[in-house]
Amino acid sequence: MNPHRIAVVGAGMAAARLARQLQAHSAPEDIELTLYGAEPDAPYNRTLLTEVLTGRYAAVDLPYGPGTTVRTGTEVVALDTDARKIVLADGEHTAYDSLVLATGASPVRPALPGSRTPDGDLLGGVHHLRTLTDCRLLADAAARAARAVVIGGGVLGVSAARALATLGPHVDLVHREPHLMGRHLDAESAAALRHQLTGLGIDTHLGHRPRALHGTGRVTAVELADGTRLDTDLVLLACGVRPRTHLARAAGLDVRQGIVVDDRLATSAPGTYALGDCAEHRGVVHGLADPAWRQADTLAALLSGTDPHARYTGARPLTRLTAGPVQLAAFGDPAAERHGDHEVLRLTDATRGTHRKLVRRGDRLAGAVLLGDLATLGDLLAVWQRDEDLPADPLYLIHEGARP
Amino acid sequence: MTTTDTHCPYCALQCGMGLRRPPPGAGPGVPPVEVVERPGFPVNRGALCGKGRTAAAVLDPAVRLTAPLVRDPATGTLVRASWDEALSRVAAGLEETATRYGPEATGVFGGGGLTNEKAYLLGKFARVVLRTPHIDYNGRFCMSSAAAAHRAAFGIDRGLPFPVEDIATAGCVILVGANPAETMPPLLRYFTELRRNGGHLIVVDPRRTRTAERADTHLRPVPGTDLALALGLLHLAVADGHLDEEFIADRTTGFEQARAAAMAHWPERVEQLTGVPVPLMREAVRRFADAPTAMVLTARGAEQHSKGTDTVGAWINLCLATGKAGRPGSGYGCLTGQGNGQGGREHGQKADQLPGYRSLTDPAARAHVAKVWGVDPGTLPGPGVSAYELLDRLGTPGGVKALLVAGSNPMVSAPRAAHVTERLAALDFLAVSDVVLSETAALADVVLPVAQWAEETGTTTNLEGRVILRRAAVTPPDGVRTDLDVLHGLAARLGVPRGFPTDPQEVFEELRRASAGGPADYAGISYPRIRAEDGVFWPCPHPTHPGTPRLFLDRFATPDGRARFAAVSHRPAAEEPDAHYPLHLTTGRVTAQYQSGAQTRRVPELNAAAPGPFVELHPRLATRLGVTEGQLLAVTSRRGRALAPARITDAIRPDTVFMPFHWPGAGRANTLTNPALDPVSKMPEFKVCAVRLEKAATGEQQP
Repeated sequence: MNPHRIAVVGAGMAAARLARQLQAHSAPEDIELTLYGAEPDAPYNRTLLTEVLTGRYAAVDLPYGPGTTVRTGTEVVALDTDARKIVLADGEHTAYDSLVLATGASPVRPALPGSRTPDGDLLGGVHHLRTLTDCRLLADAAARAARAVVIGGGVLGVSAARALATLGPHVDLVHREPHLMGRHLDAESAAALRHQLTGLGIDTHLGHRPRALHGTGRVTAVELADGTRLDTDLVLLACGVRPRTHLARAAGLDVRQGIVVDDRLATSAPGTYALGDCAEHRGVVHGLADPAWRQADTLAALLSGTDPHARYTGARPLTRLTAGPVQLAAFGDPAAERHGDHEVLRLTDATRGTHRKLVRRGDRLAGAVLLGDLATLGDLLAVWQRDEDLPADPLYLIHEGARP
Repeated sequence: MTTTDTHCPYCALQCGMGLRRPPPGAGPGVPPVEVVERPGFPVNRGALCGKGRTAAAVLDPAVRLTAPLVRDPATGTLVRASWDEALSRVAAGLEETATRYGPEATGVFGGGGLTNEKAYLLGKFARVVLRTPHIDYNGRFCMSSAAAAHRAAFGIDRGLPFPVEDIATAGCVILVGANPAETMPPLLRYFTELRRNGGHLIVVDPRRTRTAERADTHLRPVPGTDLALALGLLHLAVADGHLDEEFIADRTTGFEQARAAAMAHWPERVEQLTGVPVPLMREAVRRFADAPTAMVLTARGAEQHSKGTDTVGAWINLCLATGKAGRPGSGYGCLTGQGNGQGGREHGQKADQLPGYRSLTDPAARAHVAKVWGVDPGTLPGPGVSAYELLDRLGTPGGVKALLVAGSNPMVSAPRAAHVTERLAALDFLAVSDVVLSETAALADVVLPVAQWAEETGTTTNLEGRVILRRAAVTPPDGVRTDLDVLHGLAARLGVPRGFPTDPQEVFEELRRASAGGPADYAGISYPRIRAEDGVFWPCPHPTHPGTPRLFLDRFATPDGRARFAAVSHRPAAEEPDAHYPLHLTTGRVTAQYQSGAQTRRVPELNAAAPGPFVELHPRLATRLGVTEGQLLAVTSRRGRALAPARITDAIRPDTVFMPFHWPGAGRANTLTNPALDPVSKMPEFKVCAVRLEKAATGEQQP
């Protein structure tokens, strides 16, 4: 029997996990597995990039199984799902039996005057942090910078700001929203987080929209909407990511925010699957590693035939930020009380820099935040992941000493 | 009064104890011996747990078998018979099956409580007399995962690579899935001493066990996630700069792959899988790596999983990466379970091994052992299947149809026990040799009453790899024979009159020769040496060799002398909770009972302490289900239903229930457990499956 040829477009975390699990489930002669990665690096752990930036990790390679062919620096430019072929940038056509799109996401490029050179490249000193290449360039620049500005106060912006601060430059963090990590934190938790960042020497500028970048050839300053001018040697754009769907869209697959998949991770085209940051499942694009890995495990069980009934039915991930001394976990919607009919439990200890909060709606956990004290994280996770009903007094979920 | 120095009949610690005979004429009602302290023996220094102190109660003829039993074809009941009749029936049962279906339709199921001499002869009996590949034993349910990982990493498998006394000297010990406070209480002193010496004790267990209560740090992972936890700790060892680069370079291979595996298990991900917060993990790694010496010790909690081998491998990785192995006071060890779990697997009860821990597929090993046995190597069968596979196929085409069970009670102790009971009932012929009428013996066509620990001499190998000598203190009751007698009698009836001595020392002398040159080399060990030296640690290849209390100090037992990292990855349990079966079930032991309870359930003092099964559940779960303390609960898995009263405690996770597995009948925990097997060790997944919990229906009886 001919081996099952599986082509994976992308060589990121979801692709590596899929490859590893496919090989764990299959005899080597039964599959022929190729990962096509546009980046020059073999699969690595993207979630650790801000820590690679600080120098904490020398390498963050991920295992992908010895039988996998990884073609790095190889861009796929077109899909022909009817003929079951992919087209590479150099014109090569390659046939497959099953196709997996693991194309990930790309950084959002804000329309910011002065951020680009006339020929469309980023202005010197302006960076993204999505790939290992980005990370190397940024680390190199940070080592020579006295001042840095991070634009965007989401998870990446906050952790990158802290990482840059450890490398020497003074860091300004500019965020257009009134508080940090607005998708994950309520105002109070965000204020506590901001306080911790201040303690690390990071100046935060909230509710400030950057109006333009200045500098000829290299960035020299960021101008905010109120006219404030932040002199700087480098700028990091951390304005979110967007699923990479152009190949799927061009091939006529059903694409909304991401490439639409069902519980088997199947797209609208036969023999074609998608997973990870590029995939949209039941209307959700997570953009997080944990759901991507669950998806990879499901797809590996299906493609190898080990478990034809395997299904991915969704995940209830949490948001975690570990940035040196800053430890934060956020579940669900910690600002859910704005909808009314919610109850809130709150513990704040300014001297220890801890802030813990739980929002319940009826007998369900609507959201929670642990900042600075994660002792009850295991209990919260168990309740959150299983959507369990809460007891009358759920204080123990945010206070370790409380009796359940 | 005379006191005989010997060892406890129960767990792998094999505590030293004395058996004192009362003065002559002490009168009726006085037990034949009483258990006294033996403070000079180094392992337990006199200390004994309740099981050890009351061990003499099982010698009472009233609680045990004193005559062979055979099933009366007319009435279907077991009736007393002569030894000659019983042995002839067993021989005929085995022979008829072999004639009809071939020798492979006969089989042997042994036990980790049998002495080295018995284990050795049982293996020889299967291969030389029955000529069947089908022999395995309940040790497969015990530490086979640790054994497999140990061999892969270090080239040899011995429970502990050091004497237990070294525990007290370690700067940090991580106990994974081990509860010695309940399972081997005399060992606790070493952990107490460790802490008194400034050492740090970390316990990894989903339950706040009595052992966890004594720890400095308790990590409480979701059942079935120890592998992820170990990988997460290795990741932090890398990230936080705790690697011992020199040790990795000089004494190991395969670190790059292990490192990559750890990179795939970054702390925040492991936190989501295990529920253990990152700061706790980081603190644990720091304690472990910063200590000048440190150990990881695992037991069944980590090992009895369908990924047990990989889990142990991941913990060994942590030791190797931080240089905590192959040095005095440091290393990985397995707290083995049964009395002779270690020796029982070294001398031929395991389906794929010959005496001396030799491989049954290695031509040189076959030739060596065949020579000692006086047979043509070509006549030795190949490897058979593992314990659960053997039981699962009983009575089926291609499976064993006539089975001899020695020292094991699979009807209570095997996973998916209701199915195993069906398979045992489907046999053409079943013979059981045991001390008591166990639940499995009660199913048999012939039951052979055999002598036990205080009544016969023989060696065992404890969790340290220390070969020790149990000495006969009393004569067995009338009507009882030793296992060696039984094998001798059966072999003779099956046409092999020689090669099955009844004298244990004579058997041991042959075992020495058979093991000589193998990984578990006993060639230099003798009864007089054991007596003189409080036991001898294998390997001991020559009478002038001092034995090996501490392994791997100069090199590991691999061909190149280097330890091997395992490239492993976390995977879920074979059965995870879902909407229909929303809770984890985990199983384990209580202090006063032992294994299937066949012995301890016959001791009144132990029954008073632990009278029956129970279901441990968290108060929050109890509230949700409206359950009160002591209320009868039904626990249901995909394999069956068990009944036991509620025991409400916040020592357990709210998503998990716990049942001890010592009892038969309606409260049998193993009715529920999942026989998903580890692909390498064939260990069943006793320690986690998915269940549903509800109040028992009206009319359902308390077991």
